[in-house]
Amino acid sequence: MHVELQNIRKHFGSVKANDGISLTFEPGRIYGLLGENGAGKSTLMKILAGFQPADSGHILLDGQPAHFANPAAALRAGIGMVYQDPLDFPPFTVLENFLLGKDRRLALDFRAASAELKHLMGRYGFEIDPQANIQSLSLGERQQLELVRLLAGGGRLLILDEPTTGISAEQKDALFASMRHMARQEDRTLILVSHKLDEVQELCDHAYVLRAGGFAGEHPLPCDNNLLVEKMFGQVPRRSPRPALPLETNLLELQQVTVRTPRLTLQNINLTIRAGEVFGLAGLEGNGQELLMQAIAGLAPIASGRLLLAGRDITRHAYHQTLADGVAYIAAGRLEEGLVAGLSLTEHIILSAPRVKQTFFIRWEGARRVTAERIQAYEVVGTPQSNADQLSGGNQQRLLFAMLNPDLKLALLNQPTRGLDVRSADYIWETLYRRRAEGAAILFISPDLDEVIERSDRIAVFSGGQMSRIVKASQTSAEELGHLIGGRQ
Amino acid sequence: MNELLIVKILSSIILQSAPLMIAVTGETITERAGVVNLSLDGKMLLAAMTGFAVAYTTDSVYLGFLAAALIGALFALIVAFGSITLKLNQVAIGFVLTLLGSSLSAFLGQNFTRLPGPSVGKFSIPYLKDLPVLGPMFFDQNAIFYFAVLVVLAAWWWLFRTQPGLYLRGAGERPEAAFARGAGVNRLRYFYTLLGGALVGVAGAAYSLGIKIGWSENHTAGLGWIALAIVIFGGWSPIRGAIGAILFGATKALATVFQQNVAGVSVQTFNALPWVLMIVVLLLVSSDWVVRAAAWLPPRLRGPFLRLVQVAPPRALGVEFKQD
Repeated sequence: MHVELQNIRKHFGSVKANDGISLTFEPGRIYGLLGENGAGKSTLMKILAGFQPADSGHILLDGQPAHFANPAAALRAGIGMVYQDPLDFPPFTVLENFLLGKDRRLALDFRAASAELKHLMGRYGFEIDPQANIQSLSLGERQQLELVRLLAGGGRLLILDEPTTGISAEQKDALFASMRHMARQEDRTLILVSHKLDEVQELCDHAYVLRAGGFAGEHPLPCDNNLLVEKMFGQVPRRSPRPALPLETNLLELQQVTVRTPRLTLQNINLTIRAGEVFGLAGLEGNGQELLMQAIAGLAPIASGRLLLAGRDITRHAYHQTLADGVAYIAAGRLEEGLVAGLSLTEHIILSAPRVKQTFFIRWEGARRVTAERIQAYEVVGTPQSNADQLSGGNQQRLLFAMLNPDLKLALLNQPTRGLDVRSADYIWETLYRRRAEGAAILFISPDLDEVIERSDRIAVFSGGQMSRIVKASQTSAEELGHLIGGRQ
Repeated sequence: MNELLIVKILSSIILQSAPLMIAVTGETITERAGVVNLSLDGKMLLAAMTGFAVAYTTDSVYLGFLAAALIGALFALIVAFGSITLKLNQVAIGFVLTLLGSSLSAFLGQNFTRLPGPSVGKFSIPYLKDLPVLGPMFFDQNAIFYFAVLVVLAAWWWLFRTQPGLYLRGAGERPEAAFARGAGVNRLRYFYTLLGGALVGVAGAAYSLGIKIGWSENHTAGLGWIALAIVIFGGWSPIRGAIGAILFGATKALATVFQQNVAGVSVQTFNALPWVLMIVVLLLVSSDWVVRAAAWLPPRLRGPFLRLVQVAPPRALGVEFKQD
């Protein structure tokens, strides 16, 4: 199927998300759609997949104009999209999720659907139990399931939105292999939406680049990375240098720390982190790195062992006490755990002030002044009066860091640059380096191994609750970490 | 107590719980689609009054049930319009309608209090009714009981074994995903809110035309709240809800028996028994004890066990759906 987008326009309020974009997609090829956050990639793909209508412009399928009332109509025409957070139904079983919307028969035929599901999964090398609950699956498995569902529904053009964020290396390889199979053997069209250049280079035949809602260029792949970066940003962005620091005093010490939950146990963890150090934790989600961070923050109870911060025993400190001790924890879910959607930036800054500085009556004037200062210092696009949910993802992340108090000793960061483009991520790290120079230690989790290696002094990998040996970032590779993630020492 | 008396008590428990089974099923369907209709108590009162009044005036129980269903659907329409179209707070609308239904039923029912009127009769199933114990309990019952069983089974089948049932649950779990699969989420929610409301209306009339026949002020008061609690207790499943309704009736009967046999303890203590039991069960199934217990089971049984005992509300319950 030959698909053409002609002059697509879409705006939200005064923001032009798509400003007249025209692209062509041929069967049997894999396309990369590149662009930084807010470039308009997702909007354009949602229009193509029938999730939202364009303000103007045309979609042509084999030369015929098409209009989609909803994503189901788009799929009937052969276009399907796998979202970053797959649109499935967590409490359902795999089979029920597969069946929903599949046909128009009244009674469900579980047996036939199960056979079809198994057959399709076998063809693409996936393995998922049809009786399992969706909520027990990993993100990678849920993506595989969505892909299979779209294929069963007759998808000829498949869009994958940032599919490799948060999945394991093995799952990524399986996904890419299946995508190649769909394009080469079955003559389907695939579109990979991503801001990770290496992946696009590895998988795709052709790259389209968007910038600020418009078309910024295209290039056959593979090509020089810098050519693409220039098109994405207008110029090659500089990477902030990582200043060398002497690491001498021990700041955080874990002695034989054990943490137990019904799902996972961390046994006898020993770890010392020094002032000014950046320590990276890698591993697949749910393998213990997050639990360790929560235990240090006082959010998960430590069953045995000792936790020392600058020589003081804080093993039994609850979260509000560790906060007062100078520890900050930033959770992975920005709006779910980190921010309060309906509160203004000023109210956030007031809430984040240390207990001792809080007063019963709010001093609005002072609070607004501090907020304005922080907004400037952290380059947040917003006003003291804006609500947190009105900010873009990147600016929400900046707000989170603007809420960190000046006298910080230890920052615990779960995926500090999740979903951010290269430039926003670099900005976040720049502010973290400043904290580090002031003597704070940084302990962070990231699913992106390149980020872990580039930003850390030392790294530990978690697998099934076990902590690996500690490796020096300057002497390791993504390959070595990949092995450790798989549980091999 | 002789054996006959026990069978009689059991048989009356089953009958008493029939309207509750219908109401619980109605609200379960509504909530599964993502709408909370809290007006149950007032709706049942008004429907019980209307059902009896219409049946009394026309001398037809069928017209009585029809009128009660319409009242239930009308209340549901108000909830649906307010929460889905106007995007108002579902809890607030529900409460206001509860009060309205209760007062309206008292006012409009003034001329129908304590009158003898038509009622639904017994319906015996030949041969089966002669079975020992089970016969009188299940097969020599009021027609309302059979209707309730039919409603429960049909609702279960619809929810868990049909394509429209998947859409219905999808709309209540993750409306944006249901939309992506081609569901008209708000249209579905309207439909199931009305259907659930009509069933609750029928439940009201079932009470005044089959259980405690006639009408008096506050005739069914409290039943609606009980039904709402049993929807949660039943984990938003019609069959578990029905079992919950019967269990509730049984603990109430048990309370009466205790009360007659244990002297010196106040009536209220025993009347509180069903509630205490319900709270204990809810606490157990929502704690991580269930997860710990599952860890002892062989892996193959873990999934089904958790599905059976773990209770979670539809994720988008009470959450409005806006298409972007």
